[in-house]
Amino acid sequence: MIAPFLSQVLRISVPYLFAALGGTFSERGGTINIALEGILLTSAFAAAVTTYFTHDPWLGLAAAVLAGLLTALLHAVICVTFRADQIVSGIAINLLAAGLTKFLLKEIFGSSSNSPRVEGLPEWHLAGVGGIPVLGDILRSPLLLLAAIGVPVGHFLLYRTPFGLRLRACGEHPEAADALGVSVTRIRYTGILISGAVTALGGAWLALDQHSFTDGMSGGRGYIALAAMIVGKWSPLGAAGGCLLFGAAETLQIRLQGGAVPTQFIQMIPYLLTMVVLAGFIGRAAAPRMSGVPYRKEE
Amino acid sequence: MKRAARWMGWVMFGALALLPLGCAKKQDSKPVASTGPRVGLVFDVGGRGDQSFNDSAWRGLQKAQAQLGADIANVVEPGEGSDRESALRGLAAKDLDLIFGVGFIFTDDIDRVAGDFPGKHFACIDYALKDGAAVPPNVLALKFKEEEGSFLVGALAAWLSKTHRLGFVGGMDIALIHKFAAGFQAGAKYADPNVNVIVKYAGVTGDAFKNPTKGKELALGMYSEGADIIFHASGATGQGVFEAAKDQKKLAIGVDSDQWRPEYDGVVLTSMIKNVDESVFQAVKAVKAGAWKGGVQELGLKENGVGYVYDAHNHRLIPAEIHDRLEALKARIISGEIKVPKE
Repeated sequence: MIAPFLSQVLRISVPYLFAALGGTFSERGGTINIALEGILLTSAFAAAVTTYFTHDPWLGLAAAVLAGLLTALLHAVICVTFRADQIVSGIAINLLAAGLTKFLLKEIFGSSSNSPRVEGLPEWHLAGVGGIPVLGDILRSPLLLLAAIGVPVGHFLLYRTPFGLRLRACGEHPEAADALGVSVTRIRYTGILISGAVTALGGAWLALDQHSFTDGMSGGRGYIALAAMIVGKWSPLGAAGGCLLFGAAETLQIRLQGGAVPTQFIQMIPYLLTMVVLAGFIGRAAAPRMSGVPYRKEE
Repeated sequence: MKRAARWMGWVMFGALALLPLGCAKKQDSKPVASTGPRVGLVFDVGGRGDQSFNDSAWRGLQKAQAQLGADIANVVEPGEGSDRESALRGLAAKDLDLIFGVGFIFTDDIDRVAGDFPGKHFACIDYALKDGAAVPPNVLALKFKEEEGSFLVGALAAWLSKTHRLGFVGGMDIALIHKFAAGFQAGAKYADPNVNVIVKYAGVTGDAFKNPTKGKELALGMYSEGADIIFHASGATGQGVFEAAKDQKKLAIGVDSDQWRPEYDGVVLTSMIKNVDESVFQAVKAVKAGAWKGGVQELGLKENGVGYVYDAHNHRLIPAEIHDRLEALKARIISGEIKVPKE
């Protein structure tokens, strides 16, 4: 009973984990990334279309990362180079992604709602570990494994490497970073691009696990990931905790149904939890100090 | 730096300006030549390609095009909720002989638009009747006795289940979908009084019909709780149910259209079909013959409005003896001997 529950929590959390990890890299560098939702959508779309035409889900995965990078690049150009409002840019990109994927879906497959079925990533059958509950599930799925590895690696990168230090400096005190010879523009670009590539893995999971692309299939997951990141105080490990919490709430919502409690109430659980956690339990939300503020180099 | 920025701004502006050109070219390449009635249609949430409800309606239109020479160029896949009424309104303003809204969700929209365009004919699939309110005179409400078809697939599932546990994945938690659930449960209990049916819904909004990720997780949960056959009535969400069944090597029952496809061979036990295509076709045919009339049309097993699939693709999953029992059951529902509950 407990093992299938945990496996389901993990599966549901995968897109959250990637998107929240991605969001952390963007926001630590000082750029708010609401565009996570749009990145999930464009990358899921790219994964489905590429896999459909090449019959190779690994190429689909690569295409997803490329699409994520391009979408993030757009956000970076608008926010860093043009110093536009980061929230507005994020919303614009999300709207663009929703419209563009629908339009291209219609052009390519003749339906603006669904793509045909595509192959998914192969499962790995490692001798000896496949039978172990939960751990076996992680080792079986390439993307689940990548998420499990990605979180600690991301944490290490952010807190134990020179690049991580510079990235955080650009989010906390860009003038100081600049004075020390760090190119704030370049570092912020890098952070946003990492954000796009990592989030795209979540989008690829959505399309390849479902074996198709459905219009609007990101379904607000980018925003939930953003909330998870805030719950986790902008650190990869904390954000992962937030993601698992939301994943658990959603699993509970799925499992509890059909009992005495009305569906409508059970459907609210994840959202209620989001509000309760955001409002009450995390204490002071320690956002990077200069997150959301474009940096203008003094000349 | 500044110059580069300005230059990039112009490039982006140019790209945006060119975008509509690319789109516009595509629009008028559709064939228009036709002699029959001109028909408009607005799709439901799941949209074209849902392999289910909407595709069934689309097949009906294609048949009308092929056999009646109908002009079916005016079909719309709306996006969010508010687009539905404006899509209907846009079609009503055109010179069309009949306009379809596919899905219960159009009920209120059609009422409003039909009131504003009393000279136009409308048809609404799964129109939701309201207590005390009459269907507008220029609206044809096409309804189906889903509970009857669901009763049959419920009995079939109960006879074939090894675990005596079945699942039902509904789309949106509403009266229309409760009919499927009620019929399925009643049929299952009729066939096997000890059977246990787990009933779950994907959500409480229209989006519940296009959330395959949720559908997959709901189904995986049911299979892990011991269910071995799941019936879904959830539009495109059901694609996730099939993925889960394929994954777990269990069975699933499709809905609305025959949902067997080569990639789901051995996974789709049968489908509870709603002959939406036939009702769409008949409505267009009536328009062509000048015999169109509004009102409520309710189609059950007797009228061949609902049914189940038994063909070359799934007959190896259903023993002949079980099929005979199912046909006998069908005859008893048609004769009125068995009354199937709607709730």
